[in-house]
Amino acid sequence: MATIFRKELADYFTSIRIFILFLLVFGASAAGLFASFQGIRGTGTETGFVFLKLFTTSGEVIPSLTTFIALFVPLIGIALGFDAINSERASGTLSRILSQPIYRDNVINAKFLAGIATLSIMILATILIVSGYGLRMIGVAPNAEEIIRLFLYLVLTIIYGAFWMGLAILFSVLFRKIATSLLSSIALWLFFGFFWVSLIVPAIARTTEVYLMLQRLSPHTLFGEATGVLLHPISRGAGLLTAGEEISYMLFNPLSLGQSILLVWPHITGLIGITAICFATSYVLFMKQEIRAT
Amino acid sequence: MAGKIVVETKELTKRYDDVIVVDHLNLHIREKEIFGLLGPNGAGKTTTILMLLGLTEPASGSAQVYGYNPTREPLKVKRLAGYLPEKVGFYENLTARENLMFIAELNGISYAEANRKIDELLEMVGIGEVANLAVGKFSRGMKQRLGIADALIKSPKVVFLDEPTAGLDPEGINQIINLIANLPKMGATVVLSSHQLYQVQQVCHSIGILSKGKTVVEGSLDQLRREALAGGNYRIEVETAQPNPKLIDIVNKVPGVRKVEAKGNLLLVNADSDLRAEIAKVIVQSDTPLIQMKIQEFSLDDIYMKYFHEG
Repeated sequence: MATIFRKELADYFTSIRIFILFLLVFGASAAGLFASFQGIRGTGTETGFVFLKLFTTSGEVIPSLTTFIALFVPLIGIALGFDAINSERASGTLSRILSQPIYRDNVINAKFLAGIATLSIMILATILIVSGYGLRMIGVAPNAEEIIRLFLYLVLTIIYGAFWMGLAILFSVLFRKIATSLLSSIALWLFFGFFWVSLIVPAIARTTEVYLMLQRLSPHTLFGEATGVLLHPISRGAGLLTAGEEISYMLFNPLSLGQSILLVWPHITGLIGITAICFATSYVLFMKQEIRAT
Repeated sequence: MAGKIVVETKELTKRYDDVIVVDHLNLHIREKEIFGLLGPNGAGKTTTILMLLGLTEPASGSAQVYGYNPTREPLKVKRLAGYLPEKVGFYENLTARENLMFIAELNGISYAEANRKIDELLEMVGIGEVANLAVGKFSRGMKQRLGIADALIKSPKVVFLDEPTAGLDPEGINQIINLIANLPKMGATVVLSSHQLYQVQQVCHSIGILSKGKTVVEGSLDQLRREALAGGNYRIEVETAQPNPKLIDIVNKVPGVRKVEAKGNLLLVNADSDLRAEIAKVIVQSDTPLIQMKIQEFSLDDIYMKYFHEG
């Protein structure tokens, strides 16, 4: 398995696709930094967590870094996974690999792990760049709690990206055509990221409870709320009270780290759960699939 | 060829939904022979190979490859079997060497050993000078040759080649056929699937003809040739200006001629050996103008067609 893992990783890092994604990610980090550079002075430092503000402050027109990340991470995940299996099938390499003395699950496991490794490196790089440059810019060092929160945010983002990658891999097992699997993944992302959250749910939900429940069916919402709680300790209501107006009425009383984690625990569990479902389904399908080329 | 049987199928059957693709197939392939698996498209050749490699599970029946059951011990079979798929593909962004190195690593071959082996194989298949070129730039023939090197990298005891000559130009076909003919000397048993009969009969020792998943005929090529032509190995067509019954008698008297039939302007002669010279002589002596003579050696095509009509 180590051999395939190494090859997949090498493939990712030498491909133009990843180069473009890295450019995008660094562009987003730069934009996020610029946004916080514009906006951070106005946010008032009395709330504490100045360092986290680097990530969550938006500028006059440019959205915050977390918004950028929420937008790009699904795309990165999809880009890493959408052709994992069907491209090998189309190019005829799959039957050659599977006729070697290796277990079939090694192939898909190694691909998944290599994808997660690439994803982690990208997100970690983004966070480190912003932290490093931000530290120089604002001159306020992060405290221990902020570092832990950032680390949790990193883990959360990786899980979120892994979900989209798992979904894309699932489609790459299901569909023979690369274009089909790519378009299906992107369609689902658009559906959950935009239509579900801002069109369908508001249209059908009558009460707040139903509204929240339906909203949370979307991984986009789960990630958004969890991010809010982790990086924005003052917002206690996880999604309910994040609208700017209400926040300004709230007393300054940030949630402790333990309480924040408690609050987002269901979100994280949910994200891990759907990731596992996606991966397990693709795993089972792949193990059972006929590998003949035609 | 009397080596021991190393690849064997017993009543091997494969169904896709309700369609029977391979139907109670019995094959016997001897050590270090080249076995041709023939049949029209859709006869079940590829499926049979996939089952022998343990890449597809049979519905019933069993197979054995060097004593291992590919369904239960696929890894052991895959360790000693090389495979060239029908549509062989490589990682186009990697070089020929890197592609082979990856497969070598998957087989647990050490780096130094793999390097040595790769040089040797690429040289053998005649693409040594492009070893460090990305496979994306390769022609179809080069890829096919790389595919053969790829199947041989693990020093297999048996090599399964699925349509190795499909889509190649005549020169490419000859090169591949020559390569295949040399494999038994390297100690490998070869199972070759094809529907290009002419090429198969150049190299194969034994063949099995499949039709609709069933073996129509199986055996060594010599044996099949004799069987196909009940009564002799040669058939000579003689075209004369005016055939007459006397001519039949005259030709019939030539030693070695078994049977003569008249058919329009043609005389069909069945003979033990190539008697064209003798027949020409007697015809010319009888004052009949001889237009042309043609010898019909029984090729695999005839065997194939004969069994196909029966099957």
